[in-house]
Amino acid sequence: MLLRHTNTEVVEREALTINPAKTCQPVGAMYAALGIHGCLPHSHGSQGCCSYHRSTLTRHYKEPVMASTSSFTEGASVFGGQSNLLTAIETIFTVYAPDIIAVHTTCLSETIGDDIVQITAKATGKGLIPPGKYVIHANTPSYVGSHVTGFANMTKSMVTYFAQAVAEKKNKTVNILPGWVEPADMKEIRRLAGEMGVAILMYPDTSGVLDAPQTGRHEFYPRGGATVDQIRASGDSRITLALGPTASTSAAEALDSRCKVPFQTLELPIGLRATDRFINALRKAGKVEVPASINDERGRLVDMISDMQQYFFGKRAALWGDPDQLVSLAEFLHDLDMKPTYIVTGTPGRAFEERIATVLGGRLPEVKVRQGKQADMFLLHQWIKNEKVDLLIGNSYGKYIARDEDIPLVRHGFPILDRVGHQYFPTVGYRGAMRLCEQILNVLMDRQDRDSPEASFELVM
Amino acid sequence: MGVMTKTCTRKVAIYGKGGIGKSTTTQNTVAALAEMGKKVMVVGCDPKADSTRLLLGGLAQRTVLDTLREEGEDVDLCDIRKPGFCNTLCVESGGPEPGVGCAGRGIITSINMLEQLGAYEEDENLDYVFYDVLGDVVCGGFAMPIRDGKAQEIYIVCSGEMMAMYAANNICKGIVKFAEAGGVRLGGLICNSRKVDNEKEMIAEFAKRLGTQMIHFVPRDNDVQRAEINKKTVIDWNPQCAQADEYRTLATNIDSNERFVIPQPMAIEDLEKLLLDYGLLA
Repeated sequence: MLLRHTNTEVVEREALTINPAKTCQPVGAMYAALGIHGCLPHSHGSQGCCSYHRSTLTRHYKEPVMASTSSFTEGASVFGGQSNLLTAIETIFTVYAPDIIAVHTTCLSETIGDDIVQITAKATGKGLIPPGKYVIHANTPSYVGSHVTGFANMTKSMVTYFAQAVAEKKNKTVNILPGWVEPADMKEIRRLAGEMGVAILMYPDTSGVLDAPQTGRHEFYPRGGATVDQIRASGDSRITLALGPTASTSAAEALDSRCKVPFQTLELPIGLRATDRFINALRKAGKVEVPASINDERGRLVDMISDMQQYFFGKRAALWGDPDQLVSLAEFLHDLDMKPTYIVTGTPGRAFEERIATVLGGRLPEVKVRQGKQADMFLLHQWIKNEKVDLLIGNSYGKYIARDEDIPLVRHGFPILDRVGHQYFPTVGYRGAMRLCEQILNVLMDRQDRDSPEASFELVM
Repeated sequence: MGVMTKTCTRKVAIYGKGGIGKSTTTQNTVAALAEMGKKVMVVGCDPKADSTRLLLGGLAQRTVLDTLREEGEDVDLCDIRKPGFCNTLCVESGGPEPGVGCAGRGIITSINMLEQLGAYEEDENLDYVFYDVLGDVVCGGFAMPIRDGKAQEIYIVCSGEMMAMYAANNICKGIVKFAEAGGVRLGGLICNSRKVDNEKEMIAEFAKRLGTQMIHFVPRDNDVQRAEINKKTVIDWNPQCAQADEYRTLATNIDSNERFVIPQPMAIEDLEKLLLDYGLLA
């Protein structure tokens, strides 16, 4: 009983957060930056910040995540980090030769008020940035928002630094801001668009970066990632589909106001109906028909759901993680006739509760939703202790609750530190939804096998 | 066996509105204390590093933070502490140039470093340490001298001008917070006269309302400026002048002060009424 001190009495807390359901802004900024080809994320702060963010991403992807740091000392925090960042920029372009350095700030550099734009201008003035190379930045204080905010901020920076409207008339391309999803999900989004015959530009795109194949040769900058030219060209696209409002809206808005590219915000295409909406939006945006192959994929998913409906029906689930994932997951579970019962995210934003209500159609009055500061794993555990659930869906931090309460756990979201698969197998699209169904069914049916009396231990299920 | 003398160091912080004359008053008072035979160290806590100019005869000082930046953490006390007028010891924290970095953190770093280097240890036999702190206590760093029992007594320099009194009242609020947690107490107000009507009476009353005392009324005298132009304290420049005696009185009053209180900051309406009452008397 690792969490044996968690009690059942839920007290309204004002200050204390226990086992938060979120992490630092820079983790998200670093992940987003890795979705640019040839980009080295740079952490402007002390070394420990950078080590933590790198190690979290490395543990999730089982890939060496490269990032540099301004290595603040006591002196840098007093005198400002300008000289550290200038030295870093010079060293990085000389030694590591990236195309882009994506600087994100930390709590320390934010609090002392370091002005990255001014420092970057100084670096340009001193000739430290080689021709054709770039330094971009995002402000990512961890005491504001969460890792999702950091991801959104860095994605927006890609727009503000690069996107340009050059042509007089918009072209047929559709921009897709995929939101914070796995490299495999980004690849799946690209495949679906290809299947539909829609030309897309997608960024950030971590596929081919954080799921790069083992070739026997270490590539410091793997082949994947959106190129600067692609991001620049997104200013001439016809429309932007922003997937996941929390992660993608600010970038889409920036692209609209800078380059007059209109946008449509959609929930992440996780599950049946969210994927339907995505495919439909893609159909309209690309002015194409949905091909039979995609209808088949959808049909297979519907078949699987209807075949296995009895195992899903009425099962209560607790979910935690990031808002964009949770909204779509809740909708999907509801469509499976399951009961998403407790939903918790540490990422602040009041809109979350409304979004959940919208996708659940107000039909599940017993659902408990909480966002922000005191929305933590402790509260979720207390709720579960008061009224048990059949299934947990969330990141690895839920394994303590799963063990103590003996509830099956499906790992989904960020970070997953103790299993593999999330890097390689998507959960977006119809196929992704099938994988989610498979994962859910596996744990529920294993549980049934484990717990059923001998007389009703079934061979055929 | 010889007689062991143990010196108990009095640690004093001087606060007050920016431009009120904290550094000038501190250095002149320190000069008077030194003249009385006291061993005094002055720690300037202002990024401008001009708190010891009169004692040193110019801005010859290398600041703690400059030294830290250039030499790394391997610093000797003698690198950052310079002897000034009458064997006073002078230290400047220093800090970043305007608009960058974090001056508050600089003060924390610098005071920690002085402690590490043993600047306050008993074998230094200091009678006094004076912290001269930049204008308003804008963030935690500027409260460092009164945190964790560093300075035990505070004097606020003020005048009869409204903004100076307003700032003094505000500083008292900060003192209350630290007084409850640590041991810091208010020793009194130093009135550095700006020749405001009824100034002496008003500040005496203001001090009374705050629960403290006006430890001395320092009249305005151009000799202070004359001495300053010569990079000297008044006592150093002209020991015989009347203003030198004023600082001697102030030093004596501080030296014999036994009245240390937790102040009771005034409500703004009461403070404004006080100003009105004494202003209308003129």
